[in-house]
Amino acid sequence: MNYKKILIIFGIFIATILLGVFIYPQGMAARGIKLPDFFYKDFNFGLDISGGTLLIYEADLSNVDSADYSSAMTGLRDVIERRINYSGVREPRVTVNKSGEAWRLTVELAGIKDIQEAIKMIGETPYLEFKEIRSEEETEAILENEELTDVDPYFKATALTGKYLERADIDFDQTTSLPVINLKFNDEGSKIFAELTKNNIGNPLAIYLDDYPISIPVVREEIPSGIAQISGEFTLAEARELAARLNQGALPVPISLISQQSVGAILGEESIEKISQAALFGFLLVILFMSIFYRFPGLLASISLIIYVILVLSIFKFIPVTLTLAGVTGFILSIGMAVDANVLIFEYAKEEMRKNKPMWISMEDGFQRSWSAIRDSNIATIISAIILYYFSSSMIRGFALTLAIGVGAGLLTAIYITRIFLQTFIINKQ
Amino acid sequence: MNFIQKSKIFYSFSGIIITISLLSLLIWGFNFGIDFTGGSLWELSVAENINQSTEKINNYLKESDLGQVDIQTTSENSLILRFSNISEEKHIKLLGELKEIIPSVEERRFESIGPSIGQELKTKSIWAIILVFFGILTYLWYAFRHSSLRVPSYRYGILAVLVLMHDAIFIIGLFVILGKFQGWEVNSDFLVALLVVIGYSVHDTIVVFDRIRENFKLKIKDSLENIINLSIQQTLVRALNTSLTTIFPLLTLYFFGPLSIKILVVAMISGVIIGTYSSVFLAAPLLYEWSIKKA
Repeated sequence: MNYKKILIIFGIFIATILLGVFIYPQGMAARGIKLPDFFYKDFNFGLDISGGTLLIYEADLSNVDSADYSSAMTGLRDVIERRINYSGVREPRVTVNKSGEAWRLTVELAGIKDIQEAIKMIGETPYLEFKEIRSEEETEAILENEELTDVDPYFKATALTGKYLERADIDFDQTTSLPVINLKFNDEGSKIFAELTKNNIGNPLAIYLDDYPISIPVVREEIPSGIAQISGEFTLAEARELAARLNQGALPVPISLISQQSVGAILGEESIEKISQAALFGFLLVILFMSIFYRFPGLLASISLIIYVILVLSIFKFIPVTLTLAGVTGFILSIGMAVDANVLIFEYAKEEMRKNKPMWISMEDGFQRSWSAIRDSNIATIISAIILYYFSSSMIRGFALTLAIGVGAGLLTAIYITRIFLQTFIINKQ
Repeated sequence: MNFIQKSKIFYSFSGIIITISLLSLLIWGFNFGIDFTGGSLWELSVAENINQSTEKINNYLKESDLGQVDIQTTSENSLILRFSNISEEKHIKLLGELKEIIPSVEERRFESIGPSIGQELKTKSIWAIILVFFGILTYLWYAFRHSSLRVPSYRYGILAVLVLMHDAIFIIGLFVILGKFQGWEVNSDFLVALLVVIGYSVHDTIVVFDRIRENFKLKIKDSLENIINLSIQQTLVRALNTSLTTIFPLLTLYFFGPLSIKILVVAMISGVIIGTYSSVFLAAPLLYEWSIKKA
C-alpha cells in the first residue's frame, strides 16, 4: 500500500464530511454540536421553487423626455439592482415592463417572504430634488385656480436632482451638534447648483426628499463649490441610513410601489421534500446499478459520485447559485455526465480485461483510453453552457450555470478522485 | 451484428420522426405558453378557506377557454392566476362569473403582460441555440483535427450538429403533438427539455466519434465499414448503461415527484432516449456515408 495515497484519500474523506456538514448542518445541530454561523447559510432557491417576494413599482417619467424613457428605466433598474446586491441578496430579478402607457419595474426576490424586509432593502426610494420658490404672481395664480389642487403653490422643480449627486457624507452641525448630511455634486450638478444659488440669493431653496421638504435653507450667496448641506432633524441612525442610500445611487426618476406580495411556491415545501426524496431514491438506484454491473470498481465509483454530489451542492451553497427548476435540471444532466465518465472508464477497462490483462493494468489503461472521450464531451458541454450563459435570458442562465459547475466538478472527480480510489484499492492491491 | 448494413432502417425511422414532427408543426403550430407570448396575471383574494376556493376556481376555469391556468396560492389568503393574454372585456366578464361562484372573491390586481417580454425570450433563445451549434461545430473541428486523414475533422462537427437538429426536431414534434392532444404548452419546460437534449446528445455523439477516432488509429488497415461498425458495437453497452443511469433518477422523479414537474420529466426521458439512439445509430452510420463518398 502506498501511504501517500492513503493519506490523500483520508484527506478527501475529511473534506467530504466537512462539505457534507456544510450542506446539511441541521444534522449536526440535532446532535447538539455547535457550528459556526457560516454553515447555516441557506440554499438559494428561485421564486419558482421557494416562493419569494414580488414587488412592482411604477416609475414617474413626467420629467423625462419621451425619447429617453427606455434609458431612464434601464438606469433605474441598475440602481435598484445595485441596492439589492449591496444588501446581500443574490440574483434579484429586476425587469422593466411597459404596461399600456405605464412603465413598471418588477422586482423578484427569491426566498424572501418578508415583504417589509424586502421593501426596506430596496429603500424608501430617496428621490432627492431641489426646488426654488415661485414668484408671487405664480403662487396666487395657482391658489386661485381650483383645478390645480395638487400643484405646490410655493415651490417649483428645478433641474437639480439626486441624479447629479456624487457623494453624501454624514457630519455634525457646529452649533447644534445635530447630524447633518453634506452633499457633493458632480461637475454638471455643481454648475446647476451655482446657477441656482446665484439666481436665488436671499430666497429660500427647498430640499425635497421623496416629495417632502426636509430642509428649506435661505441662500446667502452663490455656491460654486457644488457642496450643499441638509440639516433636517435627523437622529444619527436616520442620517446614516439616508447617507448610505443616497450613496448607493439616488434614483434617476421617482418610483412608487404599486403592488407587493409574497408569492407561494409553485412546488411548495412539501413538493421540495418529495423531489429530494425521489432524487435520493433515483441516486441509490444508480449506485445499485453501478455496483451490480461493475462490481467492486462500480462501488468505488459510486463513492466518488457521492463525493461529487456533495461537492457540487457545496459549491451551489457557497457561491451561492440560485436554484430554479431549470437550474436543478442542469444539475441532473451534469450528474448523468459524471456517471458517464465512470461508465466509459469501466467499459474500456472491461475490454482490456478481455485481453487477459490483470485488473489493475486494465483499469489504468481504461483511464488512458477513455480520457479523450471524457475530455472532449465535457469541454463541448462546458462551451455550450458558457454560450447559453452569456447569450440568453435569466431562466436559461440558471440552467447553464449549474450545468457548467456540475460538468466541471464531474471532470475533476472522475479523473482525480475515482482514479485515486481505483489505484489504491485495486491497482496496488495486486 | 452489422449496423452499417442496417443503417437504412435507422435512416427511415429518423426520416419518419422528422417528417411527422415538421408536418405537425406546420399543421398545428406551437401551443405557446405565457413564458413566450406574455400573458395575464390575476390576483384574487377570498374570505373562505383558500384551498377549497382554489379548487372551485380551478374547476371553473378548466371549463372555460382560457387554456392552461397556473394557480399559486400566496401567504395572504389570495391566489395568483396566470393565463394567456385576455382582453379587458373578457377579464371583467370572468370576474363577474367568479363572483357568482364565490361571492367573497375580491380582485387585488390584474395585469396583462405584453408580448414583448415573451418575444425577447424567444429571440434570445433561438440565437443562443444557434450559437451553441456553432460553438460545438467549431470545437469538434478543432478537437478532431488529428483524428485521421480518412475523415476531415469538420465533418465530425457538422454531423454532430445535424444529429442535434434531428433530436431538437423530435422534441419540437413531441411538444407540438402532445400540445395538440395533451395540452402541453411550449413554455420554460420545453426550453429546458430542448437544452437537456442538446447537451445529452452532443455528449453521446462525441463519445461515439471518439471511439471511431481511436479505431482509425488502432486499425489502420481495416475498411471504413468495419471500423465504424466496430465502434458502434463497442459503444453500445456504454450508451445503454449511461442512458439507464440517467433515466433511473428521472423515473423516480416521475413516479414519486410532484405533479408539476411531470411534463418536464417525460420530455427529458424522451430526450435522453432519442439522444442515445441518434448518437449511436445515426451519427456513426452518417459518418460512414459521408466518408465513402469522397474516399
